[in-house]
Amino acid sequence: MTTLTTQPLPFGAEEATFIRRSLLHSLRDGESMVMAIMLPVITMLMFTFVFGGAIDSSGDYVNYVVPGIVLLCAGFGASSTAVSVAQDMQNGIVDRFRTMPIRASAVLTGHVVASLVRNLLATALVIGVGIAVGFRPQGSLLGWLGALALVALYILAITYLFAAIGLAAGSAEAAASYGFILLFLPYVSSAFVPIQTMPDWMHWIASNQPLTPIIETIRGLLMGTELGNEPLWALGWCVAILAVSIVFGAVMFQRKAGRR
Amino acid sequence: MQTPAIAVSGLRKTFGTHPVLNDVTFEVAPGEIFALLGPNGAGKTTLINILSTLVAPDAGTATVNGFDVGRDPLAVRRSIGLTGQSAAVDEVLTGSENLRMMGRLFGLSRSASAARADELLERFDLVQAARKRAKTYSGGMRRRLDLAISLIVAPSVLFLDEPTTGLDPRSRQELWNVIRSLKEDGRTVFLTTQYLEEADQLADTVAVLNEGHVVASGTPAALKATVGGDVVEVRDRAGNLLLQLPTDGSIHGLRAAIAEVDASGVDGDVTVREPSLDDVFLALTDAGAGHAAPELIGRTAR
Repeated sequence: MTTLTTQPLPFGAEEATFIRRSLLHSLRDGESMVMAIMLPVITMLMFTFVFGGAIDSSGDYVNYVVPGIVLLCAGFGASSTAVSVAQDMQNGIVDRFRTMPIRASAVLTGHVVASLVRNLLATALVIGVGIAVGFRPQGSLLGWLGALALVALYILAITYLFAAIGLAAGSAEAAASYGFILLFLPYVSSAFVPIQTMPDWMHWIASNQPLTPIIETIRGLLMGTELGNEPLWALGWCVAILAVSIVFGAVMFQRKAGRR
Repeated sequence: MQTPAIAVSGLRKTFGTHPVLNDVTFEVAPGEIFALLGPNGAGKTTLINILSTLVAPDAGTATVNGFDVGRDPLAVRRSIGLTGQSAAVDEVLTGSENLRMMGRLFGLSRSASAARADELLERFDLVQAARKRAKTYSGGMRRRLDLAISLIVAPSVLFLDEPTTGLDPRSRQELWNVIRSLKEDGRTVFLTTQYLEEADQLADTVAVLNEGHVVASGTPAALKATVGGDVVEVRDRAGNLLLQLPTDGSIHGLRAAIAEVDASGVDGDVTVREPSLDDVFLALTDAGAGHAAPELIGRTAR
């Protein structure tokens, strides 16, 4: 029999194990993988070839729309974290982790990091497809790095938000249904059409919802155009969503997976 | 005096207004198989959840290996393994990956985790399925993997919550053999079950839990003595129970019971069967009240 020498876990060991687990889960979930690839590609093709001509006949629409599609895909992809978390809660594996001498909450870190990796890859794919259909960004290297950092921060915020929603949801099915918000929220922003083209009453909503400054910042950074104070709003929204979600998640974890 | 493997005293737990555990007290000696017998809703799972640090009791104390579950949960978690009712394995991972992941979480090195995983796959007859995802496992395989996971670091106390519920007879037999081998390893096994036969087959000590109370405890033999022997039943053609007479198991008792059937004037199909868990409750509680022909049920013919 193997000698069972157990060592106290070094700092971060639980996280490392759970990150590996969640990445394996991502790799093996065929349907989600297909969805993660097809959604950006189809959305991109729809907007550039089907709607693009009607929206802007100059053919320059692709340069306008890519940042919006990046955000739509990253946000929707991150929302699947709710399903992973709800599944873990539902099938009892979190309870098993809680009877072990480890920090069970590290299982959430695994899902968050996997989501970050998954959605950054999806973002690269969107940009790649965008370039293939004519996206010609003019931004500087610094602009690119800034845009990527903001996308990563946005993914992180949405992931944490949906991890908390996954904890709060009664089932994986219920958790899955919340993701639709991020599929539609981008339409009422400057993602696909300029806000000025919307009816007056919608202006206020579209201008003041979190996605608009984030999209405007990414667009400005990638295209090298004027940014104004949009980056401040973008950062503020991301940090605010992240902070609220972390607190919400901690409360939900305590309630659902604390000692009852 | 030897520290009990498990000691529970005056334990109470209420969910909402429903008292699930009502003043539960018992002890489990190190190295024994202890079966907690009870119907659905008796509080068995709640008790396991308290002992495995998942749920805090409202009142009373519970210790595992002398460690208080509330004050020293980490020490308790280092002593225990838990196999739950809904086998909590990672369905996306393979059997081997499940075991290696848990080994890492328990602080085994990468190579020790792999070696231990192979050893347990061998012991639980899962070598063939080691590289298949747990999602594809049968009920029995899944239960064995679940049990293997809880044995990764060889805990001294094992909790098995209804380990054989939903398994076919063959898988149940296999699991019984595994549970016996755990005792041979020197571990304390605390299991819950709805089946008298299971408790009888495995346990050194049985406690019967009903509506949050321990209504009886002792060796399986002692428990069966309270119930008596075979039960004589009379049913009508539709299968409704007309009459039920426990006996003390002797020929004399059986004859007396059948004579009583005759005398009662009830007409139907007569069968003789072994005592079931229901009979334990009939014998130990007033749970029989309210059933068909209450005046006839629960009388022991001697």
